[in-house]
Amino acid sequence: MKDGRENPDADPAERAAWLKRKANWIRLSAMTMNHHARLGHTGGDLSSADILATLFLGDVLQVKPEEPRWPQRDRFILSKGHGAAAYYSTLAARGFIPVRQLKTYMDPLSMLNGHPDRNKVPGVEANTGPLGHGLPIAVGAALAARMRHESWRVFVLTGDGELQEGSNWEAAMTAQHYGLYNLTLIVDRNRIQQGDFTENTIRMEPLAERFRAFGFAVDEIDGHSTEALLDRFSRLPIEKGKPSCVIARTVKGKGVSFAENQPEWHHGVPNQDQLAAAAAELGLEAAW
Amino acid sequence: MVSAASATSAARPLFDCRDAYMSALEEMAAADARVCAVANDSLSSAKLKSFKAKFPERFVNVGIAEQNMVGVGAGLANGGMVPYVCGASCFLTARAMEQVKVDLAYTKANVRLCAMSPGMAYGQLGPTHHSIEDLAWMRVIPNLTVIVPADPIETAAVMRYSLLHEGPMFLRIARVPVPCVHGDDYEFRLGRAVKLREGTDVTIVANGLLVCRALDAARALETRGISARVLNMSTLKPFDREAIVDAARATRGIVTAEEALAAGGLGGTVAEVLALEHPAPMRMLGVPDTFAPTGTAEFLLEHFGLTASGIERAALELLKREA
Repeated sequence: MKDGRENPDADPAERAAWLKRKANWIRLSAMTMNHHARLGHTGGDLSSADILATLFLGDVLQVKPEEPRWPQRDRFILSKGHGAAAYYSTLAARGFIPVRQLKTYMDPLSMLNGHPDRNKVPGVEANTGPLGHGLPIAVGAALAARMRHESWRVFVLTGDGELQEGSNWEAAMTAQHYGLYNLTLIVDRNRIQQGDFTENTIRMEPLAERFRAFGFAVDEIDGHSTEALLDRFSRLPIEKGKPSCVIARTVKGKGVSFAENQPEWHHGVPNQDQLAAAAAELGLEAAW
Repeated sequence: MVSAASATSAARPLFDCRDAYMSALEEMAAADARVCAVANDSLSSAKLKSFKAKFPERFVNVGIAEQNMVGVGAGLANGGMVPYVCGASCFLTARAMEQVKVDLAYTKANVRLCAMSPGMAYGQLGPTHHSIEDLAWMRVIPNLTVIVPADPIETAAVMRYSLLHEGPMFLRIARVPVPCVHGDDYEFRLGRAVKLREGTDVTIVANGLLVCRALDAARALETRGISARVLNMSTLKPFDREAIVDAARATRGIVTAEEALAAGGLGGTVAEVLALEHPAPMRMLGVPDTFAPTGTAEFLLEHFGLTASGIERAALELLKREA
């Protein structure tokens, strides 16, 4: 575990429990960052924490923190760039950046901008923030692996409201046309976008059917079960010859009762008391 | 008025710069396995038919989807390829502006945008298909290199250069036929104006297909006893400020000429440099603040005075001489 990963030889339940604890650390770390910065997107940080923990700490992504641009690395693209605090915390947990860096989040001249910058933060693959950018980039990276006869894979995490951007569906058509089985799209299906619930804004359902119609092999899983996430990510692609879409059913604000399922916590920021309450709920004293 | 110079230009062989871009791209792809191409539907507009035939594994057609197209380019670059993302300039720029800004420029992705048939090349198809705004839009985006080659020789030279360049590039590939203004030994130098003609009275700064017209104008001016310097400012960004200041010092004024909105484009850039560093009389030839009427490319170039005689007139006006 010297590089931040859990023990891949442990039994699945043990690994999942360890990842859950890591995910809760990511949650509290992200909330602490948002608290210090007085800015951030707490709801989405919390909904994506188990997915990020499983990908980076569950030995899913083949990456080298000591060589962030290792050419054969698996690519992970955070399309929902506003989930930066959870992402930076994950990168710190995996050893890409020092944990002490996290407290500089959004400080003047900090490398940790409110949205990730590839040229400043090791481990970041693409500069994201405007929505609907990650999947096209992931499609390009998956095509590059094919052109270069390389076996690395590409993972992209989008929000759900984000899928209202048409560019995602342009990219989905390309992914299916080229049969990009080395591409896995993960949707953080927390059902809430900035303004309201997705279904009150622009209906996303039947989301799985839509992706199937666009040529993806789709699986819907509990996005907070590190066991289910580990299991799914260990069996990719979902179907031979097709891009995979994992719809991770999540709860916005997951793990912190007062933030759960509250649209206002999309970019809500905890005060000192709320941070302490969150720590207690997450079973931690402090993230750092 | 038909000047002697434009008659000269009519007699010279004319070239579609897309042919030079296509040959260069194929040569580069043959020599370097990182070179790949991305198209949006039409292979003939982007001159990629033979590329696809020769390098099918390194060719991607995303269909009519420009935002995706530019994002795919960024992903290919992330994966170590050097993608040439080729599409009509009007769609490549306007439709995918945010992807150009974020996925390419902000990210510093090694992607080359090959903006085909820019300016008013699509003539009668109208303002939806004209790309007169592209230079103003592209040149204000940080990290993005913007190049407007003047002829097939420079187009090929810029293509060859692009393989070595670090960072995103916007290459404007002309469709309207032009004569060669450079010799076969021409070497492209990024960010350096090419002085095609020395002169002491006035300087004409042009890019793209206006460069040959600037030379024709200079020849016509010479018959009137006026000595005109001609600069091919093929790199719009990074901009050769020194060449402009030098021209402002050495001559009595500057005429700019481009097949684009002059505001924000080459004219706008020269005006900024002059205002800040060496104020001098100036005339800006380009498309004014309007959408073009119906007409062929050549008709529209005439309509907006983007001809040798138009440049000549502007120079005379600047020098306060009778046309």
